[in-house]
Amino acid sequence: MSKKPIKKKEDPDTTGHSWDGIEEFNNPLPRWWLWTFYACIVWAIGYTIAYPAWPMINSATAGVLGYSTRAEVAQDIAAVDKSNEAINTKLASVELAAIAADPELEGYAKSAGAAVFRTWCAQCHGSGAAGVQASGYPNLLDDDWLWGGTVEDIHATISHGIRNETDDDARFSQMPAFGEMLEPEEIAQVVNFVMSLSGTPQDAAMVDAGTLVYEDNCSSCHMDDGTGDRSQGAPNLTDAIWLYGGDYDKLIQTVEYSRYGVMPAWTERLSEAELRAVSTYVHGLGGGEASE
Amino acid sequence: MIFTLGIYYVTPWIRWDRGPNLPDQAVLIDLANRRFFFFWIEIWPHEFYFIAGLLIMAGLGLFLFTSAMGRVWCGYACPQTVWTDLFILVERWIEGDRNARLRLHNQKKWDLRKARLRLTKWTSWMIIGLATGGAWVFYFADAPTLLVDLVTGNAHPIAYTTIAVLTATTFFFGGIAREQICIYACPWPRIQAAMMDEDTLVVGYRTWRGEPRKHSEEVKAGEPQGDCIDCMACVNVCPVGIDIRDGEQLECITCALCIDACDDVMAKIGKPRGLIDYMAISDETNERAGKPIKPVMKHILRPRTIMYTALWSLVGFGLVFALFIRADIEMSVAPVRNPIFVTLSDGSIRNTYDVRLLNKHGEDRPFRLSVVGDPALRIQLEGTPYESVNVPADTSFLQKVYVIAPAGSDPANSERTQFRLWAEDTSNGERAHKDTIFNGRDN
Repeated sequence: MSKKPIKKKEDPDTTGHSWDGIEEFNNPLPRWWLWTFYACIVWAIGYTIAYPAWPMINSATAGVLGYSTRAEVAQDIAAVDKSNEAINTKLASVELAAIAADPELEGYAKSAGAAVFRTWCAQCHGSGAAGVQASGYPNLLDDDWLWGGTVEDIHATISHGIRNETDDDARFSQMPAFGEMLEPEEIAQVVNFVMSLSGTPQDAAMVDAGTLVYEDNCSSCHMDDGTGDRSQGAPNLTDAIWLYGGDYDKLIQTVEYSRYGVMPAWTERLSEAELRAVSTYVHGLGGGEASE
Repeated sequence: MIFTLGIYYVTPWIRWDRGPNLPDQAVLIDLANRRFFFFWIEIWPHEFYFIAGLLIMAGLGLFLFTSAMGRVWCGYACPQTVWTDLFILVERWIEGDRNARLRLHNQKKWDLRKARLRLTKWTSWMIIGLATGGAWVFYFADAPTLLVDLVTGNAHPIAYTTIAVLTATTFFFGGIAREQICIYACPWPRIQAAMMDEDTLVVGYRTWRGEPRKHSEEVKAGEPQGDCIDCMACVNVCPVGIDIRDGEQLECITCALCIDACDDVMAKIGKPRGLIDYMAISDETNERAGKPIKPVMKHILRPRTIMYTALWSLVGFGLVFALFIRADIEMSVAPVRNPIFVTLSDGSIRNTYDVRLLNKHGEDRPFRLSVVGDPALRIQLEGTPYESVNVPADTSFLQKVYVIAPAGSDPANSERTQFRLWAEDTSNGERAHKDTIFNGRDN
């Protein structure tokens, strides 16, 4: 290898600009650079014809190739749906209780169910499924269920909804507003009795009187011992969980004006596989009960 | 060269039995499953610091050898050099010695002989390149299976692309670019100047002996005459095209070809060998003054090299230590914080934890989970009434774990309680633990 000294031109062409004696050369651009530049211009023209490019007033030029990122996304989604088709069919056809016995199916159902839950359920029940007590959205993590906690019960609730008038199979029950039937005194007495079932009443002197009010007005749904009735969604009053809050003022409000929580039927929006997936997910949140 | 090439080609074919569920290739980089196998060692992605440590050791080792002996890496071990040597060897076999090659190169006309020689050479290079790229992919998949797939055309397109790219680069770097890679593309020659000092062994020319250099016909009686006869042998053999007599230069890869060439010439003209020789720059002053030079060991043992060695060993011992204390069971515990606790119908407080268990063995293992810290705390696993869970071979397994404190107990009523979660392999009693927090009612 030999190194040739770079030959300097005797009199380089300059632009005539000169700053403090430093002159600007007027050398031509390298040939390869220039041609690459021209090639890029040609390419750019072709590209704007072939692909969506120029913004118009309402949309943009579509391009002769008809390419669209949206169509690509739709294609990707269709491909995912297609690849999940087999397992979705299986999920929609097996016995609900059998899902847990198949680890692959259960894993898929839980992952898919989590996605369904975050999309459709989290608005009311919260992304962590802990519900919102102030609004009466039930906590789905605990072991207390109004309408039953087996995977079949959960599936039925999600499918048809609660107090949902558009679906004949919806869970339905209504507590009367006792403010119209009972004296404020009696309401205070029965609330004290209810509080005594699971803890300490506000005023112990009222409990005995409250017992009578309870037996006359409440025990038909909430049962004599206060444990409630799942067949009509009557809450258990003896446990530590309160749908709308367990303090004196909240209970007075509940008895006086009643509560009427509703949930939509999801059969209209979700496929059977999605319903089963989200049922499995909710069942696995920590409070699920074994099927009979 | 044979040794380094041998390691490269043979390694992926060594088998190593790891049990039924794991690959039996001794060295395998399983990118799809994110595992790295090296004989009895298996590295998962979270243990990548072992690889980082090895790279640091390699770096320090390079520093050490460079500061002690100059560019020995470049001259003997660098793949670029090894493959270039191999390519030159092939070239010599096919086209003859340097003079023959020059003649062929200068021959303008493409007659049959030139075409045949060139074609043979390029084909041989291409085969070497193919073998190089081909051997590379065997590190990433089961070698025998992949070979069959490659030949029958069933292998993954990535395998073919990799081979094609590596074949092309090997051909170009080894056959055509050669020392240009070292001079222009490689950053190492620029960096290593920082590792070298006047005690580093480099290839040098004894100017005080050789100068003034003179061709035999230039020699006139009575004029001073150095040992160098300006035969240009040292320049001609130099793979990077420098004249070593100009002094130490960036391009020199310490291949010592000039030493051999000059020693041959010195022997022929009856002068002592070593006009061009390995030496340290600090020797020059001593030798010019006629004083004895420092022994080699003194050159090598100096604070700089000792420090590099110490650092190298430190990292090495650290890695070996880490390798031995590496637990066979690993778990991570992520407390679920949305919500931080759940009240159950009996008033007890429940916290949820996502526990990930790693089974690095080739067979399924049962793990029993337990809590230690507060006697009131109870453990419950999602989806099973038992306290143990089966983790399949060579996988990580996510188990939702509930820890429950009964109503009125200390952990239920205090804001935070420390506790320890244990995982025990019930088949052999190996244990691992993680400390975490239980959140109670913050009243």
